[in-house]
Amino acid sequence: MGKLVALTGNIALATAMRQINPDVCAAYPITPSTQVIEQFSEYVADGLVDTELIAAESEHSAMSACIGAAAAGGRVMTATSSQGLAYMWEMLYIAAGMRFPVILACVNRALSAPINIHGDHSDSMGARDSGWIQIYAENAQEAYDNLIQAVRIGEQMDVRLPVMCCMDGFTTSHAIDTLELLDDKTVRDFIGEYKATHPLLDVEHPVTYGALDLQDYFMEHKRAQAEAMKNSRKVIVDIAKEYKKISGRGSIYFEEYYMDDAEVVMVIMNSAAGTVKTVIDAMRARGEKVGLLKPRIFRPFPYNELADALSNVKAVAIMDRADSVGAEGGPLFMEFKSALYGRKNQPMMINKIYGLGGRDLMLNDIEEIYKELREIKNTGKIKALSEYITVRGEEAAYGKA
Amino acid sequence: MSELTEIRWHGRGGQGTVTAAKLFAQSAMAGGKFVQAFPEFGPERTGAPVRAYNRISEKKLTIHCGVTNPHIVVVVDPTLVGTTDFTEGTDEKAVFLVNTKDDPKTVREKIKLKGAKIYTVDATKISLETIGKPIPNTAMLGAIAKVSGIVDIKRVLEDVKEDFEKKFPEKITQKNLEAVKRAYEEVKGE
Repeated sequence: MGKLVALTGNIALATAMRQINPDVCAAYPITPSTQVIEQFSEYVADGLVDTELIAAESEHSAMSACIGAAAAGGRVMTATSSQGLAYMWEMLYIAAGMRFPVILACVNRALSAPINIHGDHSDSMGARDSGWIQIYAENAQEAYDNLIQAVRIGEQMDVRLPVMCCMDGFTTSHAIDTLELLDDKTVRDFIGEYKATHPLLDVEHPVTYGALDLQDYFMEHKRAQAEAMKNSRKVIVDIAKEYKKISGRGSIYFEEYYMDDAEVVMVIMNSAAGTVKTVIDAMRARGEKVGLLKPRIFRPFPYNELADALSNVKAVAIMDRADSVGAEGGPLFMEFKSALYGRKNQPMMINKIYGLGGRDLMLNDIEEIYKELREIKNTGKIKALSEYITVRGEEAAYGKA
Repeated sequence: MSELTEIRWHGRGGQGTVTAAKLFAQSAMAGGKFVQAFPEFGPERTGAPVRAYNRISEKKLTIHCGVTNPHIVVVVDPTLVGTTDFTEGTDEKAVFLVNTKDDPKTVREKIKLKGAKIYTVDATKISLETIGKPIPNTAMLGAIAKVSGIVDIKRVLEDVKEDFEKKFPEKITQKNLEAVKRAYEEVKGE
């Protein structure tokens, strides 16, 4: 049993970073992830870590510095949110393409315009094709646990990919929550020494990074990247199991809550999943067979495992805290539709866009969705395939029912 | 105490309302409870009304939506009485703890409240006499320890000591501890 503490999500992340003790951290603080770097910079100033902290002049530069430091042979971390992640965009692809296991703590926040500082998943969902592994956290505990595991996942020799660890802005980042910390030695033994591959600073064995790669080999390198992402599937399982041994905590690809006999299910990520659990507890007490499936790993998307988990379910609501404007539903919905395509036992599926710009999802909102799913199960009829909820204005569903 | 207690704090930016909610959560956690503390997330300006929240539970907390029906309401700033509706979302079983020089009966008349329980404490006066500044948050911690029955006053004193020692000189820490103790003694019920 580790030490029980009351910390905000941001301070939990900074604590994990202190225990990981990366070689380099390059960052440009932005709300709501500011405190991660603020607190970590205190650890640097107090000499609690050996990290070289680089206060960059922008997020683009921060990620560029991370890439440079990783090329040099260092274990590298950073944190950002929203516009900051957007400003890193081209460098995100470069970190992944160059196969550097950079760790990024993404404190999820809406993207402008209109300007908004609160939590939704538009930022990391937008980066879903950048080649980064993506892990999502319900609370400060999971954010802490994920960050530690991310180091091992990304650094595995047959993976060597950057990892983005996401948690909700403000709801998780700024709220004090009860969590259990591992002691420093346990974390350091778990992550182990960093093994650099072909570091630039190894002058005895000179290498080139960022060389031109045209029709002759570009596609092989992209394929290698895709293979590495495939390899990460097994690594994620192994690391989660190993972490559970030292912590007693954690799910693998996703968490199942009352899924064994659930007839109607909600699929939802991050902090709102916790609120859904509270609703389920109350509904289960009344004998209602409701369940929750909470994805943890979004990239690589565990399509087979997720489809299997839903194979006995009658009706599912996929909850998206981001929209892909012009598509028939949010990004999570599209993934699930694709995962279930061609499956024998497909549940009926609907999609709700919720919580944009930090709008709260309350207990009764969740219960209403379960009621709708119950209706779908009983009648076999879907009224709206995808729609915005808890929003003003006329009913504005789209997609054929 | 019931399984879950939800608390809403009303103060003004700069009075340490968010810090008080945080310290209260830490003390409750030290007493074996599961806790949450979070501010009303918005731009914070000195003097503007702010809210902060606690959830204190016997069981692990998974809920992450806002607190809309608090069991306990703490009013840290006296000028909020009559200018803010701090009774919003409460029922007849709610407990109000107000920083004011008035007694509970006067507050009840001012806000025209029926039912519920009102407690008052002159935390501003206490803070002026102990700390020398009108920062009533630590005094309110002493008062809520008494009123809520959720945490032991000894734990509150330990946590305030530990938290303040990190940031302030010994003298300031001692003055704050004095404020906690006095408010604990001086809080008045109906």
